[in-house]
Amino acid sequence: MKLVGRGAEAILYVENGVLVKERISKGYRIKELDEKLRSRRTKLESRIMIRARRYGVNVPKVMKTEDYKIFMEFIEGKRLKEFFNETTSENRKKIAKEVGRMIGLLHSSGIIHGDLTTSNMILRDGELYFIDFGLAFHSTSVEDRAVDLHLLEQAYLSTHHEYFEELWSSTIIGYKETFENWGKVLSRLEEIKKRGRYSKR
Amino acid sequence: MLYFSKIDIYLMFMLCLGIESTAHTFGVGIVSDKGEILANSKDVYKPPHGSGIVPHDAKVHHENCKERVLEDALKSAGVDLSDIDLIAFSQGPGLPPCLWVGTEFAKKISNENNIPLIGVNHPVAHIEIAKLTTGAKDPVVIYVSGGNTQILAFAGGRYRVFGETEDISIGNALDTFARKVGLPYPGGPKIEKLAKSGKYVELPYVVKGMDLSFSGIVTAAEKLYRDGVKLENICFSLQETCFSMLVEVTERAVAHTGKKEVVLTGGVAANKRLIEMLEIMCKERGCSFSSVPMEYSGDNGVMISWTGILAYKSGQRTKNFDPISRWRTDEVEISWMK
Repeated sequence: MKLVGRGAEAILYVENGVLVKERISKGYRIKELDEKLRSRRTKLESRIMIRARRYGVNVPKVMKTEDYKIFMEFIEGKRLKEFFNETTSENRKKIAKEVGRMIGLLHSSGIIHGDLTTSNMILRDGELYFIDFGLAFHSTSVEDRAVDLHLLEQAYLSTHHEYFEELWSSTIIGYKETFENWGKVLSRLEEIKKRGRYSKR
Repeated sequence: MLYFSKIDIYLMFMLCLGIESTAHTFGVGIVSDKGEILANSKDVYKPPHGSGIVPHDAKVHHENCKERVLEDALKSAGVDLSDIDLIAFSQGPGLPPCLWVGTEFAKKISNENNIPLIGVNHPVAHIEIAKLTTGAKDPVVIYVSGGNTQILAFAGGRYRVFGETEDISIGNALDTFARKVGLPYPGGPKIEKLAKSGKYVELPYVVKGMDLSFSGIVTAAEKLYRDGVKLENICFSLQETCFSMLVEVTERAVAHTGKKEVVLTGGVAANKRLIEMLEIMCKERGCSFSSVPMEYSGDNGVMISWTGILAYKSGQRTKNFDPISRWRTDEVEISWMK
């Protein structure tokens, strides 16, 4: 067993070549709530990953789900967070467009990722994978989709400031290719940027 | 150890008088620029039984007690207005009728005594008093009160919001439920007491990413009460659910920012169970936890006065002295932190 990651609610380790995501118990909450949340979220996450895969989104293949654990394919590759800084402008645009296409497929299938950052995207043998569906949920609302895109835009801005323009415009081109209702979502995105915590009132 | 009398302190240091009047509390605090707290006087408006705050009544309350609270503060610090170097007032966010009382009062004292005046953001003041009294330097801050529920941390010159309520605050949720089931104001302590002998019953748990929502939980809790579920059990579950949500989002902010300190501030900071849960989470995460002392957890003039000093000494000057009833925490430039 090799620990490969630790988030706020789960640990990730590799066992016999399989990646295990285990939601760990939290001492601060009562047993009833703790077990309910961990098992419910584990089930939801695996269901969402299976659905995403069926709709053609590259995600780790889920092998089995057990109480608080998801056993899945271990994707070893390069995170886009690093890749974008090490490659050519042409490659960046190509992959950023693929990011948009994958988000479009996710949204078409009624899934919101909830944590779209370049740390949650991996490139393996030229294929792009989305990982960590821990915050994902089912929704077809324009608002949720726009917020999903907004998170990615913020991530591009904070982590890849110098390439922001080419990354964002390529992603939008890809998104339009695979998600029919892009017009409404993009105009809602503009509204979101003008309100609430995201900018000054 | 060096010993300074109160008089020495006044001669050596700058003194700021701070006025708080955003909601229930009319408070006056006096603090030196070295962080010594010399006075913390206040008078709290109590709404009629079974009702929330009535802004106009709160305003009348503040008008009636302001001179007395000021005198009390000056007396307990042993100073005159002539010893005061700076006046700070809570400029927002808050209820406009209440805000105006403090603003006008601060302007009047400032004019009559020729003392500089500075406006302070109320939530930022809750953060700063928590840092002063706990010694935390750069914490993840949980700000919970009757009006606010936010998880904040310093990043890029501001206190950024890492999580917050989408609808009502946690304090408001507890107070609303208490009112609906006939518990007297303030409802929080009553619920805490009843919860001690309660068992878990299911309530919705609503965390979406970093955002929290409490209004649906209150509605569900009211329904349980109408259905005859024991009040102790509902109080227990209400606390456990709301606090678990809050701690979960806090933990996520800690994991994301990598900060090593967590601080709890605001009126709901007095709840023992919430403090216990945060202590456990922090221990599991390996970071430190501290909570603002009881006397500074609710609204008070001390926090306004201390934040006024920080802002003034780092070069901030207020140009427009009108209340700002909507004023987001992350709009304030934190010029005193690097």
